[in-house]
Amino acid sequence: MGRAWKFGNNVNTDLITPGRYNLTAEPAELAKICFVEYRPEFAREVRQDDFVVGGRNFGCGSSRETAVIALKAAGVRAVIAQSFARIFYRNCINNGLLAIELNAEGIQEGDELEYDEQAQKLRNATRDEEYEVNVPQVLLTTVREGGVAEFIRKKGFEALEELFANDA
Amino acid sequence: MGTLAENLFSLKAGRSVSAGQHVIAEVDYAMAHDTTTAWAIEPFKRIANKVWDRSRILIPFDHAVPAPNLAAARMQQSIRRFAREQGLRIVQQGVCHQIMSEQIVLPSMLVVGADSHTPTEGGLGALACGVGSTDIAIAFARGKLWFRVPESMRITMEGQFAQGVYAKDAVLALAGRIGADGAAYRSVEFYGSAVSSMSIGSRMTMTNMCSEIGAMCAIVPPDERTFEYVRGRRGAENVEPVYADENACYVEEVELDVSELEPQIACPHEIDNVKAVEEVAGERVDQVFIGSCTNGRTEDLHVARRILEGKRVADGVRLIVVPASQLVYNECMHDGTLSALMKVGATVCNPGCGPCLGRHQGVLAEGEVCVATSNRNFQGRMGSPKAFIYLASPATAAATALTGVITDPRDNLR
Repeated sequence: MGRAWKFGNNVNTDLITPGRYNLTAEPAELAKICFVEYRPEFAREVRQDDFVVGGRNFGCGSSRETAVIALKAAGVRAVIAQSFARIFYRNCINNGLLAIELNAEGIQEGDELEYDEQAQKLRNATRDEEYEVNVPQVLLTTVREGGVAEFIRKKGFEALEELFANDA
Repeated sequence: MGTLAENLFSLKAGRSVSAGQHVIAEVDYAMAHDTTTAWAIEPFKRIANKVWDRSRILIPFDHAVPAPNLAAARMQQSIRRFAREQGLRIVQQGVCHQIMSEQIVLPSMLVVGADSHTPTEGGLGALACGVGSTDIAIAFARGKLWFRVPESMRITMEGQFAQGVYAKDAVLALAGRIGADGAAYRSVEFYGSAVSSMSIGSRMTMTNMCSEIGAMCAIVPPDERTFEYVRGRRGAENVEPVYADENACYVEEVELDVSELEPQIACPHEIDNVKAVEEVAGERVDQVFIGSCTNGRTEDLHVARRILEGKRVADGVRLIVVPASQLVYNECMHDGTLSALMKVGATVCNPGCGPCLGRHQGVLAEGEVCVATSNRNFQGRMGSPKAFIYLASPATAAATALTGVITDPRDNLR
């Protein structure tokens, strides 16, 4: 169970980890600068397993992987959005950060959410609502394995090829 | 019956593929810069000891060079160490996409770059996709990567640009029309007489900006002008150009008559908040930036010179000019463009990304307004989230520098 942090459309990666702050590869450091200027209370108040909830085209703009690493290191359970920008979504797969495509208009700031992977459902305890979700196998796998690099290290590149072949 | 993207992916995957399929494709070239390479080292070391092919990897330093602070210096140091270990080439000659386009890219190559503006290289008929740092680590390690073959969007531009109107205005108009996610996950493929008659630089302005409308790649089919541009570079004689089939299937087709186009400007803070320059003319500005992978080429600096030469930048306006590469810098130094711009009052910086990403060379303070020829007007992109960024052509930027307020350049060119 975690709380929803609500954002709008076109949340770009410059807002998540601004170019002047993201000169580090250290996840703990990146967690501290997550939304540093755009929503300064986020990094201070976010709790383990909270949800970031956006609108359309979440994660657009710069390819910076720090945006995803920062959200993950901040403890974010999943990013929920109506749609994701392409590179951001790849970075979610690569880092094993759960990204859930869902029209989340019904979710309000602070709502208590819970994701049930088995049932592929997102439950909104505050509003007593349940939403069907459909997270691709590839993403579920890398979330479980702790990212693509870790997956390749453990199982080899050929296993990755197979994973994508099966998801076509 | 494939689109340009489908036919290129079929070639790179070694089998016939179509939009929506996942493929593992062989990469012809991989690129990462002075920030994204640093983030790739850790995932790379987890999966490999040695790069797949050092002759097909380039690391241009461009985002903040020379290092403006200790944090940047440490990141660059870590990359230099990694490059030494792996025998990789670091160049510090300008913006990565400009360097790739000037020196390496050929039509029909599959290029991956750990930078979102990698579609720029599609101006040369290449399939060029932006990726993250883990992706580039995999490409460095294996020379291949997974992709989802994109749906394609066909953009046809006909007509002749009026005086004072350029490729930048056309692509801003396109962004205004289809929106910041109007080409999401798609390949944007350009056709029409207005595109054929464009310089390679102008084509790159358009493919560059397609990143801002969500595109995976953007491609101008190669023609004589392209082959002339790449002549003499390694592998150029063996290029077998790939084109779309006549009956290819497009998910959307957009037509634009550029003859009717006026100068365009993207207003704060969204790329699709596009207006005619006339509509916002008169807004006061503090800084004007001419440069970047979008519009920092010789032809762009020449346009600026034409408007500015012999005049003075308005009182209180900082004009920053950043040539996109050393080649551009050299050309503009030898033909007198740089000294003409300096005489006008411009600060000319070393080639690179300049102030585009707000890391150095012209960071904006609260309340300041900048007209830039770059590609992003996100809130906080160039400095304070309380600053305002407008995006326009080099002509509009130059005309604005003269008056200190947003100005339609057409009057200056008559």
